[in-house]
Amino acid sequence: MNIKKNIALSDSGFVFDPSNGDSFSANPIGLEIITALKEGKSEVEIKKQIVDNYMTDEVTFEKDYYDFVSTLLKLNVAEEAKK
Amino acid sequence: MSTKKQITVAVTGLNAIDSPGPGVPVIRGLRESEVYDVRIIGLSYEALEPGIYMHDLVDKTYQIPFPSSGVDSLMTRLQYIHEVEKIDLIIPNFDAELFSFIKLTERFEKEMGIKMFVPTQEQFDERHKANLNEFGDKHGIKVPESKMIFSTAEIPNLQEEFGYPMVIKGKFYDAAIAYTPEQAANHFNKISAKWGLPIIVQKFVHGQEVNVTALGDGQGVTVGAVAMRKTYITDKGKAWAGIAIKDEKLMDMTTSMIKSTKWKGGLELEIMKTSEGDYYLIEINPRFPAWVYLAVGCGQNHPDALMRLAMGDKVKPFKDYDAGKMFIRYSYDMVVNLDEFEKISTAGEL
Repeated sequence: MNIKKNIALSDSGFVFDPSNGDSFSANPIGLEIITALKEGKSEVEIKKQIVDNYMTDEVTFEKDYYDFVSTLLKLNVAEEAKK
Repeated sequence: MSTKKQITVAVTGLNAIDSPGPGVPVIRGLRESEVYDVRIIGLSYEALEPGIYMHDLVDKTYQIPFPSSGVDSLMTRLQYIHEVEKIDLIIPNFDAELFSFIKLTERFEKEMGIKMFVPTQEQFDERHKANLNEFGDKHGIKVPESKMIFSTAEIPNLQEEFGYPMVIKGKFYDAAIAYTPEQAANHFNKISAKWGLPIIVQKFVHGQEVNVTALGDGQGVTVGAVAMRKTYITDKGKAWAGIAIKDEKLMDMTTSMIKSTKWKGGLELEIMKTSEGDYYLIEINPRFPAWVYLAVGCGQNHPDALMRLAMGDKVKPFKDYDAGKMFIRYSYDMVVNLDEFEKISTAGEL
């Protein structure tokens, strides 16, 4: 899954889609995950980054991560990677 | 001392009200011209158009006759105004008055040397709401099915053809969504009382409305185009706030339409984008929209570019603009002395 190329992301977690004017606010963890996705990191890399830095475990991360990325897809902020 | 060229521009549409005319934002754009030092002559229809009293924007205002008075009375009035003010350019901003101004384009130029940069009569007619289906077919643009009706007696037969909800539109302004035949009749009566017949019935398209303000050079080139999505809509359906967006398909649709029609002048496209990603042209307004100042704020000064095109200057098409810029309208109470209202009401000048 990729964050769409035209999506603008600010340091404060403000996400702007210039194609339709939609905007969203991500919390600090959300911002970190979106930034990592934008950088092209894989789910495994992101999981390691979050689990290493925060008091959470892999199962909790995975549950929240899938929930979060499905929201990103639904909001058209992200798209499935082209095969 | 300013090195800018002096110019006198007459502008209509000073009704900066809840359903605003584009005059005031057009003037703001003109005042930001880097080429011309603009003197603005306001042309108003009613004594309470707020732009009349905005003396920092409008240098002098004259009342002009309503379009229903015909082209001759408009010509006579403008001859008088021109004698006093020596107008170089007129920018009309109302759909309803454009017919008269287009008719007078040649006479303005020949008899008074006044320039305009407006669509041709053919361009004006073919984009008319009543002709939009043919327009779409001719220029390869998707348009919701629509039909003219002249009486409420035709409403019961519409259900099969259009289904509910459907959109009931006035020939110049106003539109309302009808969910039942009773609502359709109600909207028909309200809108026809204000704008006359015919009424246009249009198939309702579900989706997100997006709008484009653009400028065509009359040769098929899009000089500028900025897209916007309304983010706050008044009960009259007007944008009270909006955000500039970038959508390649929308821009392609705009440039191909301007190329195909060789559109001359400002215009606004009202487009519905469906969840399937289809774009339906809902309406073409043959003048700048009231939100045109957003384009100026985004880096495309369309009113200035129109002025320069009208004066025969070479204008390079704008290449880009800042998406994400927003406009937010506000209401503001001006306190006006009664003698000003008296002057415009009685003498027709202020």
